[in-house]
Amino acid sequence: MKFAIQVNEGPYQHQASDTAFQFAKAAIENGHEVMRVFFYHDGVNNASRFTLPPQDDRHVVNNWASLDIKDADGNPELVVCVAAALRRGMLDESEASKNSIDGNNIHPAFRISGLGQLIEAGIQCDRLVVFGD
Amino acid sequence: MLHTVNKSSFERNSLQSCLNTIDDSSVILFIEDGVINAANNANSSMIADLATEGRIFALQGDVEARGISSKLADNIKLVDYAGFVDLVVEHGTAVSWV
Repeated sequence: MKFAIQVNEGPYQHQASDTAFQFAKAAIENGHEVMRVFFYHDGVNNASRFTLPPQDDRHVVNNWASLDIKDADGNPELVVCVAAALRRGMLDESEASKNSIDGNNIHPAFRISGLGQLIEAGIQCDRLVVFGD
Repeated sequence: MLHTVNKSSFERNSLQSCLNTIDDSSVILFIEDGVINAANNANSSMIADLATEGRIFALQGDVEARGISSKLADNIKLVDYAGFVDLVVEHGTAVSWV
């Protein structure tokens, strides 16, 4: 079965992103497809490549990256909402140069896109599961 | 439908909102702090009735993390994350009460 997952909370503050990750992992391990994970609201903070938790703690960002969720062309399907990301200082290379900012922090396993990607996932997938707080 | 509840009813009224909404074929899965609702000193008679019908589930890892394994109300079914996935597959639309 085809799953889409929506994550509305950032890492290390609420349990939502941990639960969402464990759910996605279990779905893949049990033969399902996770077509897309959409990070919305504070969920965009799951995509920061500058995240450095203590060594004995789980690395939420790397955990997401390890799921290797991509489309057929190899593009990341860990999708970060652009409006939610920009207002929280989460930028990829293109948004940084567009806004003349000298840095970017989106992990390469993620990509920034629009809300349409969430709607599309809701239409194309068999199930959309939302994790929030 | 599958309804997930991730907050204790001591904290928010999302469980009550869920109970006010569900139909006869819906099941409820308690996750995160929502597993507190599965403790035998916390639940309502409606939860007890639904549990008797086999319609109340709780995420095992979250139950254990909160130390309430020995305090669960009767007939609550424990599932792991794979069981959570199976519930979503089996029951169609998943509604998240937060």
